[in-house]
Amino acid sequence: METIKLTIDNKEVDVPRGTTIYKAAKELGIDIPTLCYMDLHDLNIENKPGGCRICVVEVEGRRNLAPTCSTKCESGMVVKTHSTRVLNARRTVMEFILSDHPKDCLVCSKSGNCELQTMAHRLGIREIPGAEFAETSKYRKDTSPSIIRDLDKCIMCRRCETMCNDVQTVGALSAVNRGFMATVAPAFEQNLEHSTCTYCGQCVAVCPTGALTEVNHVPQVLRALVDPTKTVVVQTAPAVRAALGEEFGMAPGTLVTGKMTAALRALGFDYVFDTDFAADLTIMEEGTELLDRLSRHLKGDTTARIPILTSCCPGWVNFFEHYFPDLKDVPSTAKSPQQMFGAIAKSYFAEKIGINRKDMVVVSIMPCLAKKYECQRDEFSVDGNPDVDFSISTRELATFIKQANIDIKTLQDEEFDTPLGESTGASVIFGNTGGVIEAACRTAYELYTGKKLERIEFTELRGMEGVRSATIDFNGLPVNIGIAHGLGNARKLLDDVRSGKSVYHAIEVMACPGGCIGGGGQPLHHGNSEVIKARAAALYTEDRKKPLRKSHENPFIVKLYDEFLGKAGSEKAHHLLHTHYFDKKKKIIIKH
Amino acid sequence: MSSIKIELRKDDVDFIKGVCASFNNDPQELINVLHSCQEHFGYLPAEIQEVVSEGLNMPVAKIYGVVTFYSFFTMTPKGKNPISICLGTACYVRGAEKVLDEFKKELGIEVGQSTNDNKFSLSSLRCVGACGLAPVVLVGDKTYGRVAPDDVKNILKEYE
Repeated sequence: METIKLTIDNKEVDVPRGTTIYKAAKELGIDIPTLCYMDLHDLNIENKPGGCRICVVEVEGRRNLAPTCSTKCESGMVVKTHSTRVLNARRTVMEFILSDHPKDCLVCSKSGNCELQTMAHRLGIREIPGAEFAETSKYRKDTSPSIIRDLDKCIMCRRCETMCNDVQTVGALSAVNRGFMATVAPAFEQNLEHSTCTYCGQCVAVCPTGALTEVNHVPQVLRALVDPTKTVVVQTAPAVRAALGEEFGMAPGTLVTGKMTAALRALGFDYVFDTDFAADLTIMEEGTELLDRLSRHLKGDTTARIPILTSCCPGWVNFFEHYFPDLKDVPSTAKSPQQMFGAIAKSYFAEKIGINRKDMVVVSIMPCLAKKYECQRDEFSVDGNPDVDFSISTRELATFIKQANIDIKTLQDEEFDTPLGESTGASVIFGNTGGVIEAACRTAYELYTGKKLERIEFTELRGMEGVRSATIDFNGLPVNIGIAHGLGNARKLLDDVRSGKSVYHAIEVMACPGGCIGGGGQPLHHGNSEVIKARAAALYTEDRKKPLRKSHENPFIVKLYDEFLGKAGSEKAHHLLHTHYFDKKKKIIIKH
Repeated sequence: MSSIKIELRKDDVDFIKGVCASFNNDPQELINVLHSCQEHFGYLPAEIQEVVSEGLNMPVAKIYGVVTFYSFFTMTPKGKNPISICLGTACYVRGAEKVLDEFKKELGIEVGQSTNDNKFSLSSLRCVGACGLAPVVLVGDKTYGRVAPDDVKNILKEYE
């Protein structure tokens, strides 16, 4: 590749032609400040609108200052990243951005984790000239079941727009209006609820300020915990244990399963259970459905829809309900693990401990914001009583633990309660892209072939490529598996299914890049994709440490079927553990 | 955002789809498609944008973004006689705002609105390239130069 030589801050550097000044400076260890630029290189996601103008530098011979994120290096360029002119311009730009920004940092939910706040500190801003007469924007606050939009705090970095349109192809958000009224909003500036938003939360995950945040459900959980008439049951999703530690200063990829369990018990939850148990249950139901559809398909039954699509991810479910309602009989009817857990907790377990479901509160800890919406869906309740009462994100749990004066680092590891806390390695990897289908293969292989699976790890299903495929040999039957993470990648596979070109028998889709470990409710990675990779590695480690690694070997799952459900796919299992989907396309209404 | 709730007839929908098709259903041609639609319908309510979104296979949020970015596009119907007051620098310093205020007072509407009988609508624009005639007012295709607030009544009378 052709390289060119340039000088940045008196240091010479060789870079491939086409490299931006921003990246060339990084090579030299020069960290040019920016508010809008974002690069998740492993996921092929780059946002460089050149909009914030914080990253400007002086280029010798050029009249105006150059934004480094969108200016390419040229041979012999001489760049100064911290001349007086640059520093003054950067400060002025920052002061302008701040003049229109609410000054409520003390009570802003993003405080301490806000890139704008950090930048103001880094640039040494100590006053905002003209703040007393500067006009500030007043947008209507929009609260959806999962996400709050507070656009007074938007700095128009447009990262959310990149995630929503280019990565997820959801197209709910766009830059609208111009000048002072410019902001990011759904069509016709309606609420997210009336848009095509899937609540995947990737916009929240990349927002540098408090403009996009999650709905906080901690107060409701606290109220339930102090209510003596309520039995409060908590379940934790697999991806949470691989990321929660980051909120307490631990390195990304630190597993805190035991400490998290101890912290939840210290918070006062009556039963600390694991969504992983329900993930094992999902595999039983979804795996059975896969084998049923596959064997009917092989026998020539044209009513058996192939491929089968996973249905664990609520962002993904929202996506196909909005964009592919014609294919709504293609995904598995199995509920997500969160909802399976709720349904079993409020039936089987409530019966076991002899309480009414109305006296039980089920809380879920999720890496996800779409889960908040999912648990509020009408079909997941009985007589108005939801199977899962509240879903809180990994970030909310961290805040909750801090408020309760719990020093998670010094806690002794504790075990989950039984019976709904027992799980296998198969369920742990649900949090990674490719994990659900790998877990399903472990069980489906043994159920289909009747043979013991020797090689438990299907490494060909792992990785960070957006769309992956592999053929698994079911003792002579080749099963074609497709995997997509990120909704834009899922759309590609769905388009093929729609046009009849799909070659897959089963497809796993996760809405978020990386799977749940990169979920919209996880600790903010601030554009560092190494964080996501470390979390993935942690879950694979946890899987390897488990004595049981196939869902159908979970003794408590076996017991649940023996005592309560009958067999996988039974009528009772269908009633409690399966669902149906809706055509949401017609539901987009224009409110005037 | 404000818009009139309208129901598109089938031939309206066909017209919009036809415009999209004439531009090869290419999202890059959005602005041209919107121009054609506005020329035909007079404005671009949400319902039309939804059909364009289907025709060009692009998110309606993006279309709304473009419609709200360019001042030429409007989501409210223009009156039979659309009045535009230039607020460009030259017109502004020569008193265009006072002229605008007079129009608002006489018609009882704000910028972006139409009169109840739909006879007049009011909008402002930035420079029509006739600074020598400042302040400039346009009614439909007709240009009025050196307009003073006192002239407003007479201008409106022409359209009674």
